[in-house]
This record gives sequence, structure tokens and C-alpha cells, in this order.
Amino acid sequence: MTSIADIVAEHAHREGPLLPILHDVQKAFGHVSEDAMRDIAQALNLTRAEVYGVVSFYHDFRKEAEARPILKLCRAEACKARGVDALVPIAENQSRVKLEAVYCLGMCSVGPAALVGDQVIARLDATRLSSLLEAM
Amino acid sequence: MTVRISNDAVALACGADAVAAAFAAAGVEVERVSSWGMHWMEPLVDIDGVGYGQVSADQVPSILSGDAKSIGRIEDHPFIAKQNRLTFARAGKTRPTSLDDYYASGGWLGLGQARAIGAEATIETIMTSGLRGRGGAGFPAGIKWQTVANAPAEQKYIVCNADEGDSGTFADRMVMEGDPFMLIEGMAIAGFAVGASKAYIYIRSEYPHAIAKMEAAIRLSAHLIAPFVVEVRVGAGAYICGEETSLLNSLEGKRGEVRAKPPLPALEGLFGKPTVVNNVLTLAAVPWILAHGGEAYASYGMGRSKGTMPVQLAGNVKHGGLFEVAFGITLGELVNDIGGGTASGRPVRCVQVGGPLGAYIAPAQFDLPFDYEAFAAADALIGHAGITVFDDSVDMAQMARFAMEFCAIESCGKCTPCRLGSTRGVETIDQIIAGNNVDANLALLADLAETMKFGSLCAMGGFTPYPVMSAIKLFPEDFK
Repeated sequence: MTSIADIVAEHAHREGPLLPILHDVQKAFGHVSEDAMRDIAQALNLTRAEVYGVVSFYHDFRKEAEARPILKLCRAEACKARGVDALVPIAENQSRVKLEAVYCLGMCSVGPAALVGDQVIARLDATRLSSLLEAM
Repeated sequence: MTVRISNDAVALACGADAVAAAFAAAGVEVERVSSWGMHWMEPLVDIDGVGYGQVSADQVPSILSGDAKSIGRIEDHPFIAKQNRLTFARAGKTRPTSLDDYYASGGWLGLGQARAIGAEATIETIMTSGLRGRGGAGFPAGIKWQTVANAPAEQKYIVCNADEGDSGTFADRMVMEGDPFMLIEGMAIAGFAVGASKAYIYIRSEYPHAIAKMEAAIRLSAHLIAPFVVEVRVGAGAYICGEETSLLNSLEGKRGEVRAKPPLPALEGLFGKPTVVNNVLTLAAVPWILAHGGEAYASYGMGRSKGTMPVQLAGNVKHGGLFEVAFGITLGELVNDIGGGTASGRPVRCVQVGGPLGAYIAPAQFDLPFDYEAFAAADALIGHAGITVFDDSVDMAQMARFAMEFCAIESCGKCTPCRLGSTRGVETIDQIIAGNNVDANLALLADLAETMKFGSLCAMGGFTPYPVMSAIKLFPEDFK
């Protein structure tokens, strides 16, 4: 299993390595824990407050683990114009999948769109969203 | 027979992989290429230049037997034939990470020309072309390059802003996924011109396919641009990092807070060094300009808006996609003639141009030409040239509320008008929607908008009033 120290060492030579480190920590552990923040701060000679400030600034980084699969549903203007708001209750009326808002996936001509892991799904309607949620 | 199917994220999100697999299962070799940009047609199957739109896997046998109805030659389709494709000349035609395809379609000619004529003449060529920053501000690229070139420093940087967060825009994504070598070539030319040895491309995390293709293309072309080096950095879901100084802080590993200007990034940018920060579309236009000359590029467009703009037709539009055209075309032509009106078939109520910070524009103003100065005069914004179409079912009070809500979610928090004003804006619009003291609250909102507009440090708080106030001005009935 990768350790925080391994990840830090892998990026230490880069200019401004903190974001790449945080991305890799989150990828490896699912979240960036208090302990991880302390270790990263120590390794990069930063204060814990500085690392915490960065982790809490960016929407991508989570401080607690999330056990459920995550569906990121685009809630921005172009997907609103194509009716995403009417689909939100479908995603909210279930608890197996964690619903998160994302603001634009670049699918603005074929929305409503969602991101699951690295997979983008477009032209969502009630039926397609329901079966997507069931399949997750 | 050559079968081409895009592997752009839009095509994939619409099921292109299943279609490609069905052709492969039938024993037909499939080339995975960039997208033509006719997104309503995806998955679009291109067989020796003839197109089949919205194909599903079960239609593959009828296409192969010749029974399926085609859309004719793709290149002759009005949506393609009416464009001036300079930046998107390869769209739909080449395999994105094939160096062979890139060479065969004129790749690296711009870099070769830059090296042949030297750094000064390269900047001169960009000046002549009239190229302006495509990220939104429209600042002349040549002047920015000249400033960095003149700045004395051991280390300078090129930073490509690929944090394309504006809803209604996807041209950066299409460049990165469809023609990544062109962008690398553009960065290499910029580096050569200003004397920078290193480039960072900051790509938003919401674009996993773009990240993968850029990384692959950088690996494949490293020897061609050496000693110049390009490195991908991935954002972390903060819209504000599309603002150039916030992006620089993020690259340095800090909170993406906006910096006060001056100092200009051109003089004190990344790690305090002189830095060219250009948008993807700006840098992507550069190889063509070097290969064909500044005058050739400047022969397109109108007034001080030279060249072409990759316009993105988005939202509730019938023919959504990428439409690259010379400046000067009217908004009405783009929305109605090219875009075909709404996808829902209902009347167009308004469009938002330039992303979440852009003004709403009603059909009465559709004679507005696509030109930086004409838009500014109409209190509107070309921005990154995304046009989001809404039909008559849209509730503009809700859209105005969303503009404030989005600003509250994405504000970096550094300046008060943006950080607090956006939340107070949501609350005030909620009062208006609830019918409480409507006139007094509208006056309060107008006052708040003024404060945000003139008191914010960057365009996030400064431009959020545009969608809000344009919605109120154009559709007062939605706020009663």
C-alpha cells in the first residue's frame, strides 16, 4: 500500500507540489485525513494551517471518507436550460449513491450531464438517470 | 472503407464506444478521431466522408448494408460549410494523439517558422495578426508576449489556462481532446518567443479525458519541443482558478485566491517570475498564425476583433456544438440560422453569452455583431464565446438567484463585495421571489450590484451583477 511519504517523495522535486500530492493522497485513500494533512505539512515544511487551508479551499478534496459511489450532476446554466433541475429529485430520493453538484463538465450542448469516476454521461432524462443510479 | 468515430468526451458520453465496438465486431476497422463539433449528431459515424448521425450500436448492420439514411458529405453540411475553421481545421479528421496525422495535416510548421524567423519576428507576427486573449478579457496577445520578452529574468514561464469553468463553453476541452499537439505547438512557440523554458497547462479536474490526452501528447512530442518542457497540472474543482492570478496561486500549491494587480503576471507571475498566461484558444490559434502569417489571420474579423472565434452553441439549442467563424457574425444568425433555435421547439426567450458572468440577451438584441467592442457597448460580454440558449419556460428570477448563488459558492473569499455581496444577493432575490417589499428589495439589489461591480477585486464579483441586472432589466415580469 502506498504511504503518504511515498506520495510526497514522488512529487517533492516539482515546483509547487502540494496540489499534485493532495490529488494522489485522495486517489489512494479516498480522502485527505487530519493525519495526512499533518504528515504532508511536515514533509513540505508548511504549517498544518496552510495545508488545511488548501484542502478546505478546493471542492475536490474531502476531509472525510465517503463509502458510497458518487454521482456528480452538472447544475450549471447550460444543463439548467436543458432541464436538469427536474431530474434532481430523482437523484435526491435515494441514498445509495452520494449526489454532488458540479458546475460544468463541458457537455453544454448535450446536457443534462453527469460524471461518475472518469466516465461522463450525457443526454440524461428521468429514465436514463434512474438506470444510471441503479447500475452504480 | 475508412470508418471514423470520435473519441471526444461528448461522443463518449453519447455512447460512441458501443457504436465503435459494434463496427469492430462486424470486422470493420474504426479510426477514433476528434469530433467535428456537430454535437447534436453524436455519435456521428463518418464513412469515407459521408456522415450518419445519432447512431446506436443496433443501427450498425443497416449502415454497413447501405440501407441507413446518411446526412451526406459531412464537409458539405451547412453547419460545417459555413464555418471558417482555422483553429479547428483538423476537427473530425485526425486521430488526436497521432503524430503522423499531425505532421500530415501541417503540424509543427508554425514552430518551424518561428524558429526560422526568430523570437522578435514571431512576436511581430502575433502583433500583426491582431490576436486577442480568447479567455474573455480580449487583451492583445502580442503585447503580453512583448512585455514578458522584455522582462529580464533567468526563468520565465508559459502558463496555459485550461480551467474552462464557464457553463456553455467547451472549445478548450475540444482542443485538448481533439488536437493536443496544436496546443503544445502553440505553447512551444510562445516559449520560444518570450524566452521561457517551461510551460504549465492547468486543466480542470472535471475534464478527465482532456487530462489523459494532453499527458499522452506531451509524452509523444517531448523530443520535438525540447529543451522546452510542458507539464500538466490538474485543478481541484474551484471555478475561481480560471482567473489568472488565482490560477497562479493554485499552481504554486496555495489556496486559489485572487492577487491584486499590479504587479502584472507578465512581470511577476508564477513564483514571482515573468509569465505569459494565455487561454487554450489563444495558444491554439498561434501555430496557424505562424504558418500562414499575421496578415492572413487579420484578414478575418471586423474592427479590432481580428481572426476567428470558436463559438460554442449550448444549452437548449437544436444544433449545438462548435462553430468557428470570423468575428462580425450576428448573434441572431448564430442562434437561429446556425443553431436552429431551441431543442425543445419552443420560442427562444434569451441567451447568456460568456458564461455565468455574462449578461442575458433577449431576441430583440439579436442584431448584435460578435465583436468585443460591440458587446461591451451593449453592457454584454463575449467572454469565452459560449452561447447558452433558453426557451420561454425559463424563470429568470431563478436564473438571477443562481448567478448570485454560484458566486457565493465559488468566491475565493478575498474581497468583501464578492464574498458577502453574493450571499446577501441570494437572500435579497429570495425576498423578491417571495413577494416581500419587492420594489424596495429591487432597489437594494441594484445598489448591491453596483457595489459588487465596482468594489470587487476580479471579474467573479465584478461581473456577477451582469446576469442579475440584465435579467431584471429584460424580464421585470419575472420579478413581480
